[in-house]
Amino acid sequence: MDSFGSILTEAFGLILIWDPDLIEIIGLSLRVTLTAVIVACVIGLPLGAAVGAFRFPGRTIVAVVLNALMGLPPVVVGLMVYLMLSASGPLGPLQLLYTPMAMIIAQTILVTPIIAALTKQVVEDLHREYVEQFASLGVGPLDRVGALLWDARYSLLTVALAGFGRAVAEVGAVIIVGGNINHVTRVMTTTIALETSKGNLELALALGVVLLAIALFVNAAVMAVRASAVRAAYA
Amino acid sequence: MLDSASLMKTFRADVAEKVAPSVISARGLGFAVEGRVLIRDVDLDIKAGRRTVIMGSNGAGKSLLLRLLHGLIAPSSGEILWNGRPLDKAARRRQAMVFQRPVMLRRSVLANLDFALRVHGVHGPARRDRERAALAMARLEDLAASPARTLSGGEQQRLAIARALACAPDLLFLDEPTVSLDPASTHAVEMLIGDAHAAGVTTVLVTHDRAQALRLGDDVIFMAGGRIAETGPVEKVLQNPQSEVARAWLEGRLHFEPGASETK
Repeated sequence: MDSFGSILTEAFGLILIWDPDLIEIIGLSLRVTLTAVIVACVIGLPLGAAVGAFRFPGRTIVAVVLNALMGLPPVVVGLMVYLMLSASGPLGPLQLLYTPMAMIIAQTILVTPIIAALTKQVVEDLHREYVEQFASLGVGPLDRVGALLWDARYSLLTVALAGFGRAVAEVGAVIIVGGNINHVTRVMTTTIALETSKGNLELALALGVVLLAIALFVNAAVMAVRASAVRAAYA
Repeated sequence: MLDSASLMKTFRADVAEKVAPSVISARGLGFAVEGRVLIRDVDLDIKAGRRTVIMGSNGAGKSLLLRLLHGLIAPSSGEILWNGRPLDKAARRRQAMVFQRPVMLRRSVLANLDFALRVHGVHGPARRDRERAALAMARLEDLAASPARTLSGGEQQRLAIARALACAPDLLFLDEPTVSLDPASTHAVEMLIGDAHAAGVTTVLVTHDRAQALRLGDDVIFMAGGRIAETGPVEKVLQNPQSEVARAWLEGRLHFEPGASETK
């Protein structure tokens, strides 16, 4: 077995020469993850804001369910989506199994509860501060949700970041519904799993380095935005 | 002993009280939480165009009464009438309230005004005109683009009042708006309240400050233990209180007992 140093050198070599296979895998990973996070935000932000801002029968149950779903096991989600999309499943005719769309669906199911539950917490705290002012101004439900989401936007960036972290690192669900098909559904995490099992550690490590770099970059960017917002007293 | 000027003011207040119609009234108003009665049997009439101050010791129910009248919380008993009719959503939009600690949205000064006007259905050039007028009224033109939460306490309170007045209310509730402000900021806020009154807005102000009550009030409602202990023209009540509890409070003899009105 090669030394760790030489594997790391070859891994950086793959990144530096902009290896086409590597780029394709990174591109698909980002496309799947970002799409899933965006869809999860579109669903989870208003859902979390509504649960955080309004009192309605069953609200506690919804909150408990959202919190519980944050810990959804990815393989279980993968299995459920697989059963839905398989030829004999209710969504079989759509022929989505083993496509990037199936991976997006699985990741969206995993990430949406995280976005919704964390949004609920952020919005609930802000709403406690605003509630009397909103009532005094006669702010309607839609305006209320919109205002809370807008005013909590910098905190919600962190929420989206948590969703991104979950999605980009996910392997169990996407390997079940995507199948890890070369040039079709192969993403960074599934490739790392596959190449490691094959002993091709250079590519696995190169992808690992890229994955870490992406996570670091996204975190740094979000923290920079939040820090500037705090300085300006918007957060 | 009242001097002639005070007597004249009291006389005018008496006449105005009898002539002006009530903009908001309470009949048998009560409020209780978990069996604790915090407001009981409150009957009152706030006259249109008048300046009413609510006074009393901590825990007397002043702020709670304001929230009940503004419809922020529902009474446990009794009713609130707006121009003789039950207080409804439309009537509540004719009121505005300024809180002890101003609530600023996490936006610029201008965006805070814009939001309030937008939810009040003011659009287009009229909204821009009102925003400009509100900024000028609060003397915050130079800070229009600044985040509202970076303003000083006095500036935030001026913005809160300007935001409330921009919505053109008939009635403005103010819950101890100057309690944490320095004299200069207090003066600026009082000027704004004076401007509101001059523009025909009925004001209801909660204050502990006797001098402020005299400056900003025509009528006073004195509360103790969740009840109204005494009402009348502000000078008359403050200079010659008829109730023992008001007299004790004004003389500094009233000790705080939540939900009670006993005097030492």
